[in-house]
Amino acid sequence: MDMLTFNADNGYLEAVVRGLKASLLRRQDYTNLAQCESPEDMRTILNSSDYGLWLQNEPAPLQTQALYDCLMNRLVYDFRSIRGQSYAPLSTFLDYVTYPYMIDNLVLLLMGVLRNRDLSELLDKCHPLGLFEGIATLTAIHSPEELYREILVDTPLAPYFAECVNVHDLTEMNVEIIRNLLYKAYLTDFYQLCVERIGGMTGSIMATLIAFEADRRVINITLNSLETSLRKDERMMLFPRVPGGLDDEIIQRLGRADDLQAVAMALDLSSTYRALFQRAAERGEYSLEDQFLEFEMKLLRESFDAQFHYGVFYAYFRMLEQEIRNLTWIAECITQKQFAHASRVVPIL
Amino acid sequence: MQPNGAAPLNCLWRWVLPECWGPLGILFEQISPYWFAYVGVALAIGLSVLGAAWGIFITGSSLVGASIQAPRITSKNLVSVIFCEAVAIYGIIAAIVMATRIGYASVAESDPVTKFGGYALFAAGLVVGLSNLFCGLSVGVTGSSCALADAQDATIFVKLLIVEIFASALGLFGVIVGIIISSKATLGGDASAGR
Repeated sequence: MDMLTFNADNGYLEAVVRGLKASLLRRQDYTNLAQCESPEDMRTILNSSDYGLWLQNEPAPLQTQALYDCLMNRLVYDFRSIRGQSYAPLSTFLDYVTYPYMIDNLVLLLMGVLRNRDLSELLDKCHPLGLFEGIATLTAIHSPEELYREILVDTPLAPYFAECVNVHDLTEMNVEIIRNLLYKAYLTDFYQLCVERIGGMTGSIMATLIAFEADRRVINITLNSLETSLRKDERMMLFPRVPGGLDDEIIQRLGRADDLQAVAMALDLSSTYRALFQRAAERGEYSLEDQFLEFEMKLLRESFDAQFHYGVFYAYFRMLEQEIRNLTWIAECITQKQFAHASRVVPIL
Repeated sequence: MQPNGAAPLNCLWRWVLPECWGPLGILFEQISPYWFAYVGVALAIGLSVLGAAWGIFITGSSLVGASIQAPRITSKNLVSVIFCEAVAIYGIIAAIVMATRIGYASVAESDPVTKFGGYALFAAGLVVGLSNLFCGLSVGVTGSSCALADAQDATIFVKLLIVEIFASALGLFGVIVGIIISSKATLGGDASAGR
């Protein structure tokens, strides 16, 4: 039934997003960009793409930071214009897409408060998509308790916070745990929104994408906690679980894993992640994170094969973010004269 | 059939048996054939326009969005919109043909030719209306996908157009059958003269 009713509210925006996706940079563009001698050469190549308009007012020696700001402005502009034209439930869906950035921002602010840093300085470092109404008032805050109360009042993340973070947990040790708990609550909630409240084609496409996101976090949490004092039961508690993700058996094994060997053994049971893990081991210069990104880009591309669902909005903003990462990586490599590494990007299309 | 004309209770589950159809027969006899004929015309045009309008908004919204990044597709993909519009035109043609079969009520409504004409036009209206409704939906969905695909790859349009043409032909089947049915129907005028 999606086919018959989807376009009434969302047909225009879906087509807009598909058009924007077609203008993302391709493999060939990255090869050309990697051969640039200076960021100024990059501008010449980017001028022929959609970024031309955004870069034209930048002063002549293009800095990496200026490039990053331009790209980010474009992302925010695209997001805001699409969010502004959307109807419910697409608008709710798009709000959920911004929550991960908001979680990161709040964790950043929390770190700042705990270390007694000036928050107005940190606000500039926040991801612009993760800003919320009233974030400016947070500069007046000096204690974690006040921040906790402000978060509960001002942000849409309040249910997650109330559910999994106690005000007494706000210590520097716990910050990473809090971030993972928030992500876990967010992914579960997002899964529920897509599969149960929206359903249909959106549900089946987003289920795959969210399950992958959850699996990636499970594996990363395991790898990052191997040499730390995190208890095994605490580690299990941090694993985000959604239907369609890793099997119980694998999760149990990852929860018990003590070293890299045990992780590899556990992932041997899943054909997808075994392949990613092996390839990361074989190709030294591409880390596991790069393999995950490459696989994610494949999933995102595949989501464009189906029509009449919200997955394309999620996929497009994920792809655009990856493009920004790629371009800043190339710019950074070129500025530091590390030309050999400049081609080490994750192509999107 | 019981003497007072009411169906026996067990007809609730034996409704397929002919002796249970009595009340239905009485019901239909009470309704004028002209009512059936004009409802048939209304169904033909109404459902066709519903299908066409539905198809146009499915195609149109995608077309408008896709043409922002790829303005070249607009003129080519108007064909999809025209295919949807053609569905409404089928409905109009069928409705006009059907309407011309109905004259002033100069003969009794119980006249067998008139009764036949009423049912025939009702059926023709349903045939045309429903087939055009689904044809319009089908053309709309394929047209929407076609616009999006054309925006990504300019070489693919002609192939996808074939799919749309086949979808569009579905409505034509209904129109042909509808016109054949309605050509046998005559209401009013000098119907009893055996025209």
